[in-house]
Amino acid sequence: MRVVLAEDLFLLRDGLVRMLEAFGFEILAAVETGPQLSRALAELEPDVAVVDVRLPPSHTDEGLQCALKARRARPGLPVLVLSQHVEQLYARELLADGNGGIGYLLKDRVFDAEQFVDAVRRVAAGGTAMDPQVISQLLSRRAQDEPMGGLTPREREVMELVAQGRSNAAIASRLVVTERAVAKHTSNIFAKLGLPVSDDDNRRVLAVLAYLDRGQTIRRPSSHLRP
Amino acid sequence: MIVTRIRSAFLAGVRGLALMLMAVTASVVLFTFTVVSLALIPVGIGLFATPAVLTLLRSYAGRRRLLAAEWSDVPVPSPYRPMPADLRGGFVGQVERCALMLKDPATGRDLLWLLVDMTAGCVSALLPAALFLYPVESLVLAAGLWRLFTEGGAYWYGPVAVHSQGTALLAVVFGLAVFAGSLRFNPALLRAHFALSRSLLGPTREMTLARRVDRLTETRHDAVDASAAELRRIERDLHDGAQARLVAMGMNLGTIEALVEKDPAQAKKLLAMARASSAEALTELRDLVRGIHPPVLAERGLGDAVRALALRLPVETEVTVNLAGRAGAPVESAAYFAVGEVLTNAVKHSGADRIHADVQHTDGMLRISVTDNGQGGAAFAAGSGLSGIERRLGTFDGVLAVSSPAGGPTTVTMEIPCALS
Repeated sequence: MRVVLAEDLFLLRDGLVRMLEAFGFEILAAVETGPQLSRALAELEPDVAVVDVRLPPSHTDEGLQCALKARRARPGLPVLVLSQHVEQLYARELLADGNGGIGYLLKDRVFDAEQFVDAVRRVAAGGTAMDPQVISQLLSRRAQDEPMGGLTPREREVMELVAQGRSNAAIASRLVVTERAVAKHTSNIFAKLGLPVSDDDNRRVLAVLAYLDRGQTIRRPSSHLRP
Repeated sequence: MIVTRIRSAFLAGVRGLALMLMAVTASVVLFTFTVVSLALIPVGIGLFATPAVLTLLRSYAGRRRLLAAEWSDVPVPSPYRPMPADLRGGFVGQVERCALMLKDPATGRDLLWLLVDMTAGCVSALLPAALFLYPVESLVLAAGLWRLFTEGGAYWYGPVAVHSQGTALLAVVFGLAVFAGSLRFNPALLRAHFALSRSLLGPTREMTLARRVDRLTETRHDAVDASAAELRRIERDLHDGAQARLVAMGMNLGTIEALVEKDPAQAKKLLAMARASSAEALTELRDLVRGIHPPVLAERGLGDAVRALALRLPVETEVTVNLAGRAGAPVESAAYFAVGEVLTNAVKHSGADRIHADVQHTDGMLRISVTDNGQGGAAFAAGSGLSGIERRLGTFDGVLAVSSPAGGPTTVTMEIPCALS
């Protein structure tokens, strides 16, 4: 699997290169600035890009912008975004085109090499890898609004893992249940939340994420609040 | 067009008349009172009377400042020195208050203004009224009443000697000319009257500068205190948090080194612990960084930082942003934390189920308003969160206004003068 990597700090870049190579990835380019990343993405056509949000020369969200631009040029280009902090705002921008192949993780997730590499593979395959922190933020917002469609605690647990983008098999091994049990849970969840059922793993993730995000995106006009 | 002309000329006339009446009554009476009570200070009675009379004078002058702004768009800032908040009560406090008021140069200027108001001010206020009413007399003359006026010889109406119907009509022509003049000049004449008042009621350049220096001294103290407190907080958080965790991690690693051959199972357990504490240290550092300078603010600027903040709130929050560029980093940061505090207040205390934050930059002012549909009654007492926000904005000459009637909605508005890049 061919990877383009963008990370401005040498230590982290070097560590990521070593780790990915150890797991059998081929590093096409490890760059440190936004313009270099744009060039690498355009010329090398990697299977997946692993990108740090904040890159020189501007030290703003240059990495994120480059990734979004590259995805506009090549829809569905798998991008895994890494950051020292996760924001729903960025998650939403990454997911906006609905094409899948998006990951958004805290840099600390690299500590757990197996999990991290699994996330890279999932994104490369067109799936989704959302940081648990993003999901728990979304959930805590929704919890204020309404009881999550009357989900049982177990179903909530399953839904969180689905929202992170994990497959039924991964959820089953994580919760130590059979894959069939997970499939039953998920179909219950989708029925309770009124979400469209789909065989496509990624559609499923995006549907759950969209549901969690709904409190924010669908707005009734609030004219009486205009100052 | 002509109707509005006539209306504004008439209005200026009526207002001038009202000002003239005030000048010859209230201004005279107040001046007399003030002089008498000042004269009685040595006797002691004046000590009690003077603050009361001067307070009355100040509210009278303040009323006139308001009228200047309302009637002629002549802004007259209030020039008085602020009274200290810790004035004692009783006799001593009274003497102190009296002394403070008398020391204030604005008091003398107020008195001087009374004198000017009852003379030049009175005349200049009467002018628009006179110009508007004088032509009426020419109409009265032309209507045939010139016969009554001219029994003892010709009657002078302005430059016209009236002694027949013909000359009376000539008087009307002159009267109409005067009327046309009043239509043209009345509002300006009233403005001139207020401009005269402003020369004494407004602060001198020196007063303005003195006040500015006071304000700068105060806000500089606040800024220094705030940044010192901030640094102490950061130091403590690092010392007790991330630093302590890294120490523990180092110790763990040392133990692991010793155990790795003897007891690999135990070493593995310790390794997992070390990894967990490094993750915790990172979480703590992340929260600390968010408290110093939120990453979204650095990456995206104020608008998106407020949006990201709104997404974390448990109450539905709508954010509208209209910024053409980015403000300077210190202003952005102050504005961000101020908004954050206001939003947190709204979530905690208002009971609102909906909040709207609006971020704008117009004519050199960053304006941020936060409105919630909660129960209102937000307190703006000293020591409350709001006064802390005001102090924080004060460093940048920013101001904060709260409108929170009981029953809501509450609107907190912040303004910071700044340029966008």
